[in-house]
Amino acid sequence: MRGNCEAHELIAPGSLPAVLELLAAEPGVWTPIAGGTEIMVAHAAGRLIASKLVSLWGIRDLRFIEMADQGVAIGAGTTFIDLRRHAGLCESWPLLARAASWIGSIANQSRATLGGNLVNGSPAADSSPALLVYDAEIELISVRGSRRVPYRAFHTGYKRNVLEKDELVYALHMPRRFSEHRQYLRKVGTRRAMAISKVALAGTALVKHGTIHEIRLGAASLAAFPTRLYETEKAVLGKPVTRETIAAAREALLAEAAPIDDIRSTAEYRKRVAANLVEEFLLEAGREGPQL
Amino acid sequence: MSESWPAITMQVNGENRTVRVPPMKRLLDVLREDLHLTGAKEGCGEGECGSCSVRMDGELVNSCLVPALQAEGAEIQTVEGLASNGVLHPLQESFLACGGAQCGICTPGMLMAAAQLIERNPHPSMEEIREGLAGNLCRCTGFMRIFESVLEAATQTGKSQAEQAHHAR
Repeated sequence: MRGNCEAHELIAPGSLPAVLELLAAEPGVWTPIAGGTEIMVAHAAGRLIASKLVSLWGIRDLRFIEMADQGVAIGAGTTFIDLRRHAGLCESWPLLARAASWIGSIANQSRATLGGNLVNGSPAADSSPALLVYDAEIELISVRGSRRVPYRAFHTGYKRNVLEKDELVYALHMPRRFSEHRQYLRKVGTRRAMAISKVALAGTALVKHGTIHEIRLGAASLAAFPTRLYETEKAVLGKPVTRETIAAAREALLAEAAPIDDIRSTAEYRKRVAANLVEEFLLEAGREGPQL
Repeated sequence: MSESWPAITMQVNGENRTVRVPPMKRLLDVLREDLHLTGAKEGCGEGECGSCSVRMDGELVNSCLVPALQAEGAEIQTVEGLASNGVLHPLQESFLACGGAQCGICTPGMLMAAAQLIERNPHPSMEEIREGLAGNLCRCTGFMRIFESVLEAATQTGKSQAEQAHHAR
């Protein structure tokens, strides 16, 4: 059944403080809507439960990319078009810029926001693997103040996260210390454009003289929410990139990944492909010479 | 028009228009039902097919996914605003010349996506055209003639700019 637009209230207070006041006054009553690429789809299908919505679109305080020596801060209302067009981001955090360019179509990227992608919390979220391997922190804000949480601890279950009822995602912070790392991102879907991933993997690794000194692996669609692959990381940390290490990584991944069968793929396929992706990344990371 | 709904004003194809509609009414429906601009079409209604594509503040959007209230104060360009003073846009000319339109349902969206692409990137490669139009589905042409139309428009625009520059010398 189609949604009825008259059944939903939508207001636009126009500023961040005004939105935070509203969320504080009536916690849990108002559902924030940014670019609407998720909520309006639910609305069209008659699946939108929220009856009161508050618009974040056009709030300047939420849409920024601030580069500094130590890192970058990205406002939650920044769109994926903003991310992929940003030269500094493309240069220093290429995985996030690349992920942004893969999300839906240009029309989706013009509206979909980084904060919206994370709060929506799809297990297949495109921006998540990159944020995980860049050790991003997520900054939450309310009238009570702001707090920072490692992004890897933001999701707590399927479509669940640590946000309190009066809080909004304010920004994402990524440190600038991955220039020496080998970096990897691959999304596997039904086709190149407009496809939700069957599985995606991001990786950053510091490899010196063929040995893995640091590694982070972030995956989408291998669990109920985007997650680091800690066991797989442990299996290769401190080891040289050899056939044995790769075999150990594959084994650890198959043991720790917990994908499901759904309309887009099967658990079996997802596991096997994810293991292949990890192998591809480790082989690339172990190669001498300049990286991609 | 109900007095109980908020007044929402947007600039549509250069003209200020005010509507009183439910704030969650889709921009697509506002354009078609309230402003009688029926160029933008509804295909999927969920942002997958691009037939409702319009430009909002210089960016391409799916108007089926924009609640009317979020268009308050925005500049909207629809396919009706592409031609100016009765002169077709170079893309419209090239779609005609190259057979880029068949049944016509996807065409307004294709034109808007192509207009967005060419404005930001006047000389796109075939790969860039494919990416720029990836969110717009066509079930008639098999896409090749559409891509060729966009390439042709970009080439023609480049030529006429070069000619103008030559004559200006």
